[in-house]
Amino acid sequence: MQFMLILNESANDFARRADAAEATDYWGGWNAFIGAMAAAGVIVKGDGLQGPHTATVVRVRDGKRTVQDGPYPDSKEQLGGYFVIEVPDLDAALDWAARAPSALTASVEVRPVLQMPPTGS
Amino acid sequence: MMPTPDDGVRAAERAARASYGKLLAVLAARDHDIAAAEDALSEAFVAALAVWPVEGVPANPEGWLVTAARNRRRNAYRAGAVRQRAEPDLLLRADGDAAAAPAIPDDRLRLMFVCAHPAIDPAVRAPLILQTVLGLDAARIARAFLTEPAAMSQRLVRAKARIRDAGLRFALPDPEDMPGRLADVLDAIYAAFGQGWDGLERPDAPEGLTGEAIWLARILVSLMPEEPEPNGLLALMLYCTARRAARRDAAGAFVPLERQDVRLWDRALIVEAERLLTEAAGAGRFGRYQCEAAIQSVHVQRPITGRLNLQALLTLYDLLVRHTDGIGPRIGRAVVLADTGEAERALADLDGMERARVRGHQPWWVARAHVAERAGHAATAAESLRAALALTDEAAVRAHLSDRLARLDAGARE
Repeated sequence: MQFMLILNESANDFARRADAAEATDYWGGWNAFIGAMAAAGVIVKGDGLQGPHTATVVRVRDGKRTVQDGPYPDSKEQLGGYFVIEVPDLDAALDWAARAPSALTASVEVRPVLQMPPTGS
Repeated sequence: MMPTPDDGVRAAERAARASYGKLLAVLAARDHDIAAAEDALSEAFVAALAVWPVEGVPANPEGWLVTAARNRRRNAYRAGAVRQRAEPDLLLRADGDAAAAPAIPDDRLRLMFVCAHPAIDPAVRAPLILQTVLGLDAARIARAFLTEPAAMSQRLVRAKARIRDAGLRFALPDPEDMPGRLADVLDAIYAAFGQGWDGLERPDAPEGLTGEAIWLARILVSLMPEEPEPNGLLALMLYCTARRAARRDAAGAFVPLERQDVRLWDRALIVEAERLLTEAAGAGRFGRYQCEAAIQSVHVQRPITGRLNLQALLTLYDLLVRHTDGIGPRIGRAVVLADTGEAERALADLDGMERARVRGHQPWWVARAHVAERAGHAATAAESLRAALALTDEAAVRAHLSDRLARLDAGARE
């Protein structure tokens, strides 16, 4: 069964990415986590994302496009990356999610990937 | 002897009562769709009520029901609702298939563990177990939990959809996760018992679920004989049930434990509880429910030894407080501490608890009144009784508290 680990990070997590004193620790934590998942052969796909300051939100209402700078500015946690993993069940997915560095500082949402129903009859 | 139609009806009812959870666990195991399994199973029972009185009770009733339910699901899946009329034909074939069917495995444990899964809202775990393992309907559960039937139904439907779609493990937990996961199952069963207990003596009380909770604990004990905590939980509930008749006097007034007429205690239940607790102790592993049951055991020994063993109680409460973070054990410990002559320390302990957690908790105020009175602080005791009164609407308990308050006021005036 495929699950997406939606990796939320705090403002401080994002700041650590480029902080001279913190970056080694920050990336080391993620590399260890991703390395462990890769070694277990559970990764289907995944990416880290650039910080929320790079985000742009678009909406179309009544045929009119509005473009907005950044996502929800007040939210304490922002999407920092995602992985889709293949594991037997939610319990196994939660075990991986709990090992993500951002589980300690922000949160990881776990959701099953939607299986499209077969088309036709 | 020829079977009579009544035999068929009775056999179907017996199968429904004894096998419901077993059959549901088997039917839901493959795709984890509990709601669909429930529908199929209830239709299989309806079919059994129609077929068994006429055709005779099949040699393997559980196998017959599972095959009928599976055919029903397959049929519904293939052709949708339109072909449901073909049912009687399918059911006759089901009967033939089932004769050779193997015995149904008992997967009720898996069902209990998935219902009390960490990914399921704790508030819905007890209702979910009551419904899936015992087959209780949502309306009955809602009455016991003082909830609107529609709201309870909706919560149950949502939880089942979650089990079906979110990929919850439908199996026993790994050994390293077992203690915590088992505690969740036990807590859910105890919550069902508590729902039955709280309003037990009120004339307008909803139908309790204490019997159902005890039944669930018995299932758990039989399926996990090597684990001591299910024994502890069952023992605890049996001790409480054993004293039930003594909790009210002839006029319906509340009788506190130390003044209960012990002749009204149910000896058979107490003997069983003591046996369960001794068996559990053999495992040599501490557990919250064993400890709480042991506290009850000390109380029931009072009439035998002629005195309440306060030191034993204090030791058990110390253990409980060290191993759990509930407020109940700390309140219980303070009362025992006061009774051993340490009332000032007990009052300080109670007042040292986080106010936000205890302010609305009636037992805390009752305990504080008792402890303050022992320490000679009549005003604090009276204030606590008034707060406790404001937090309960059970008439018998209110009368008991008002009596205490009146005595306290009379003492203060002397």
